[in-house]
Amino acid sequence: MLIVKADVEQSIELDHNIYLLKIHCPQIAAIIKPGEFLNVRVTESVYPLLRRPFSVCDVENDYFYLMFNILGQGTSILAHKVKGSTIDVLGPLGKGFNLIDNYETAVIVAGGLGAAPFPYLTRMLNNKKEILTFIGGRTHRDIIKYKMQNLKIATDDGSEGLKGNVVDLLGENLEILKSKKIKIFACGPTLMLRALRKFCIEHDLNCEASTECAMACGFGICQGCPIESVRTSDSYLLVCKDGPVFNIKDVVI
Amino acid sequence: MSTVDLSVNIGSLKLRNPILLASGTVGYGNEISEFTDLNKIGGIITKSLSLKPRKGNPPQRIVETPAGMLNAIGLTNVGVEVFLKEKIPFLKQYDVPIICNIAASTIEEYVECTKILTSEETIKAFEINVSCPNVTEGGLEFGNNIKALSIITEKVRAETDKPIIIKLSPNVSYIATFAKAAKENGADAVTAINTLVGTSFDIFTRRPKIHNITGGLSGPAIKPIALAKVLDISRNVDIQIIGSGGVMDWKDVVEFMIAGATAVQIGTLNFIDPEAAGKIIDQLETFCVSNKIKKISELTASYKL
Repeated sequence: MLIVKADVEQSIELDHNIYLLKIHCPQIAAIIKPGEFLNVRVTESVYPLLRRPFSVCDVENDYFYLMFNILGQGTSILAHKVKGSTIDVLGPLGKGFNLIDNYETAVIVAGGLGAAPFPYLTRMLNNKKEILTFIGGRTHRDIIKYKMQNLKIATDDGSEGLKGNVVDLLGENLEILKSKKIKIFACGPTLMLRALRKFCIEHDLNCEASTECAMACGFGICQGCPIESVRTSDSYLLVCKDGPVFNIKDVVI
Repeated sequence: MSTVDLSVNIGSLKLRNPILLASGTVGYGNEISEFTDLNKIGGIITKSLSLKPRKGNPPQRIVETPAGMLNAIGLTNVGVEVFLKEKIPFLKQYDVPIICNIAASTIEEYVECTKILTSEETIKAFEINVSCPNVTEGGLEFGNNIKALSIITEKVRAETDKPIIIKLSPNVSYIATFAKAAKENGADAVTAINTLVGTSFDIFTRRPKIHNITGGLSGPAIKPIALAKVLDISRNVDIQIIGSGGVMDWKDVVEFMIAGATAVQIGTLNFIDPEAAGKIIDQLETFCVSNKIKKISELTASYKL
């Protein structure tokens, strides 16, 4: 874990309200892994007070990227950062995706901004594994295709791809999935992950999911981000430290 | 070549400087030790301990508010037994006073926890949490009830010779009367203040953003309130005060000391800048040197009204 003042290289509006922040930070870029996250202090003032957690979106040489949309004051400040400004970064934090596992095909399942960690994961698996990507969103405007491979899309309103959610889309492709030795890497809203968990249990699919919870510190001291474990009801796991990536069957979503 | 004496005393406990890490903001010390040299700080106050482990509240436990945050963790902790077995060995590696914060649901549980913990020599003092706003039983009710606070203080006092600090709730009309009750029943000091009860709603779902409905407000938003409470106690009760509430930098520490605090806790700031405590200690020393303050304890209650 490091605390680094990192230089902003560029803020890019990828799509309607979807931003990509390019940060020069060799220390973090050298060690961070897909699915791990950074807790970012966007200002030295007391508003907004807390850091904001972001999973790392991509890493390229001495740079890392964050992907986000403007939700409030913190993300608005971040989106408007210009070259020459700095951000205060704490990380790398949490447990990321386990890429060294017994599979031949990586199946990425993302809902909306849940696409954020996957450009980096795709980069790491490129030319090593087959990659299939399933993306869902409310409308075509929520579909983030940035650096994704072999895309299949579902939208709630049918404006692009299958009319339905991303788990319906997986269901449509179940035969293909069953014919391969797959591992699912997922990230998205809680409702999506809940449906996906049910789907993975039903069809006995190997799946890791990146979960989300409001947190303050990002490294275990605030105890703000509990998640229920299937192994014990006596205590919670912490999203920040024990996750954010879990085997989807191990946690109650 | 420091010529400044940063040390302060809380009862019989000598601290190398007035900076304490607040309960619930540094767990049991291991995570924060990656950022702050525990040998440098005045003391560490553990996450509240209860007799048995507590699971705590379901999510959402935290919500950010302007210049502050609400938390309703629900006193998640490993319990005294696991604390002694698994957490104390780590803390023992450091030369830092350990102050155990105790939170209980019954008067008997406070007594029992103190009895078990006081025999561990690494533990130098107790902070009795009579004021957690986030548990349904005990907690705030004890902190809101002078009689209960008096009985708890008296009974805990009977179990230990180590300094006892009563952590006071700000959610009362006259905090000084609670400080007075703590004093009269044998407490060495009071911490002022615990968090303030607050809430926050999602305007679209119309539901509270926090699972517990209400949470404890901390952060710079509460600093003026905390300062006023410290001053109120300082002017009306002859008891040592540990200031707590919204400290963001060394100037806030000085302000708390001027208002009456002997020592000052850093809480929410640890979440944002886990390196802050060490920096603040250095800056306090610089402040003292440049203002020709030989002993930092001279600052305590040095207000000019």
